[in-house]
Amino acid sequence: MNYRTIISDGLWRNNQALVALLGLCPLLAVTSTLINGLGLGMATTLVLLLSNVSVSAIRYWVPDEIRLPVFVLIIASFVTTVELVMNAYFHEFYKILGIFIPLIVTNCAIIGRAEAFASRNPVHAAAVDGLAVGTGFTLVLVVLGGLRELIGQGTLFAGAHLMFGEAARSWVLSFGPDYAGVLLVILPPGAFLGLALLVMIRNVLDRVVVRRAQTAPAAVAA
Amino acid sequence: MLYHNAMQFRTSRAPHLPNNYRINRVMGEVLLALIPGTLAMWWYFGWGVLINIALACSTAVLAEWLCLYARGRNPLPALADLSAMVTGWLLALALSPLLPWWQTVLGSLFAIIVAKQLYGGLGYNPFNPAMVGYVFLLISFPVTMTRWLPPDVLSQQTLSLADNLRAIFQGLPPISQGWDAVTQATPLDQMRTGLSQNQMLSEIRQNPLWGDYGARGWEWCANWFLLGGLYLVWRKVISWRIPASLLGALLLIAGLFWLADPETHPFPAFHLFSGATILGAFFIATDPVSASTTPRGQLIYGAMIGLLIFVIRTWGDYPDAVAFAVLLLNMAAPTIDHYTQPTVFGARPKSSHGT
Repeated sequence: MNYRTIISDGLWRNNQALVALLGLCPLLAVTSTLINGLGLGMATTLVLLLSNVSVSAIRYWVPDEIRLPVFVLIIASFVTTVELVMNAYFHEFYKILGIFIPLIVTNCAIIGRAEAFASRNPVHAAAVDGLAVGTGFTLVLVVLGGLRELIGQGTLFAGAHLMFGEAARSWVLSFGPDYAGVLLVILPPGAFLGLALLVMIRNVLDRVVVRRAQTAPAAVAA
Repeated sequence: MLYHNAMQFRTSRAPHLPNNYRINRVMGEVLLALIPGTLAMWWYFGWGVLINIALACSTAVLAEWLCLYARGRNPLPALADLSAMVTGWLLALALSPLLPWWQTVLGSLFAIIVAKQLYGGLGYNPFNPAMVGYVFLLISFPVTMTRWLPPDVLSQQTLSLADNLRAIFQGLPPISQGWDAVTQATPLDQMRTGLSQNQMLSEIRQNPLWGDYGARGWEWCANWFLLGGLYLVWRKVISWRIPASLLGALLLIAGLFWLADPETHPFPAFHLFSGATILGAFFIATDPVSASTTPRGQLIYGAMIGLLIFVIRTWGDYPDAVAFAVLLLNMAAPTIDHYTQPTVFGARPKSSHGT
C-alpha cells in the first residue's frame, strides 16, 4: 500500500465524514462556525495521528481479545492530553467547544482507524493514514462550518481571535448588521441538511470523475 | 385498430371501482374549497394574503418543474395534477400577510424541493410539504413570521395595495407608520403573553382582538374554511374521520381544562376558531399522502393531532401548534396504519381460524 492510496483514501475515497459517515456527533454539534469546525478538526487530527502511531507500534504485543479496551485507553489518554493542552493555551476556545473535546474519545472514526488500519500496518503508514483521515475530517468540518456560518449568521471567520490571537479579530467577514440570518441553519437540523448537501455534492463529483475515466480511454482508442 | 379501441371497456386501476378519483380532480376540489376562506382572509387581512398566494404558488410550480426536469421525469403530468399549487396555497395561507417576498419564496422552495421532491415526489413524501415549509420559515425567521396584522375591522386605517407591495417587496413599513403601529401579535400569541404575565383570562378578553367566540376576524375566516371543508367531506374528497376526531379531541381536552379552571384556559370554542385549527383540520391534516389511511387509524391520527394542538398551545414554546402537531403525527402515521389494518373482506376472524 503506497502513501498515495492512503492519502487519497483518507481525503476523498473513504472520507470518514462523507463516505463512512463516522464521527457525526462532533461533526453536527460544533460546526456552527468555521473556526469551531477548524479547531475541533485539528484536535481530532492530532489525536488520530498519535493514537494511530501508538496502536501500530504496539500491534504485536496486544492480545486480540482485549484490543478494543486497549485502543480506547490509548485514545482516551491522548484526548485527555489534548484537552489539557487546549485548556492551557486556548482557554476561551476550550470553553466554547466544551464537552465536545472530551467526546473525541467516542468519535468512531478514531477507533475505526485504529482497528481497521493502524493495528495491521507499520508505523509510518499508520502515521500517514492518521494525518490523511484527520485532514479529510477537518476539511469537512471547515466547509460545513463555513457554510452554516455564512448562511446562518452572515459572517465568516467569526471567533478567529480565539485561535490565532488578537490580530485575527480583523479577519471576520460579514454581510453587515442588516442580515437577519437563517436561524434554522445554525440549529441542529441545519447541520443535517448541510451534511446531506455535502454528501450529495461529493457523490455528484465522484460520478463525474468516473464518467470521465470511462470516456477517456474510448476517446484515445478512437 | 379503431374498432378494437372502441370495443375496450374503460376500466379504472385496482380496486376497479367505477369512480373518477383522479389527483387533479381532488386537488382542484381542494383549491375550490379554499376560495371562500381565502376571500375571507383577504377581507380581514388585506392584499398581502393574495400576493403571498401568488408568490408561493408560482414558486412552488416552478420549483416542481425544475426538480422534475433535473430528475429526468416528464414534468407535464405532475404539474397538471395541481398538487404543487395546493402546497403553495396552503403555505401562503399560513404566512403573515406582510412577510418579505424572499421568505415566502424560500419557504415555498423548501416545501417543494426538500419536503416533496427529495423524498421522491407526490405520494412519497412522509411529511406535509406545506407545513414543512411553514415550520422552516417559523424557525428561521421568527421576527417576521410572528408579525401579523390585526384584522381589518380593528386597525385605524386600512393598508392599500401599494402599502402591501412596499412592505412585501421592499421590506418597508407603510408610509408614516412603523412596524409596531401596523402589526400586532395574533390572538393566540397575545393570550400566551397575557397568561405568562399572570393575567386572568377575563382581563385578557378585554382586548378588542377577542370576538364573539373566537378571535375577531379569525373566527369568520375559520367559518368560511369550515364551509369549504364541509364541501370536501360532502364531495368525498376527504373522509370525515380526521377532521371530526381532531376537532372532537381538541374540544374535549380544552373543555375539561376550561371546566377545571376557566381563568387560565379559554373557552373551548376559542381553540377551534382562532389560529389555524379549522384550516388544519380539514385541509392540512387530511393530506392523503402523509396522513393515516386506515379508518380506525384516521380516528387515532386526528385525535392525537387535536390533543397535541392543545398541549403545544398551552405548554409549548410557540403560540400556534397545528403545524408541529401535524408533522409529529405524520411521523407516527405509518406505525398507526400498521396496527390498525382493517380485516380483509371475506377473511375469518383470527380466533376461529385455528379451530
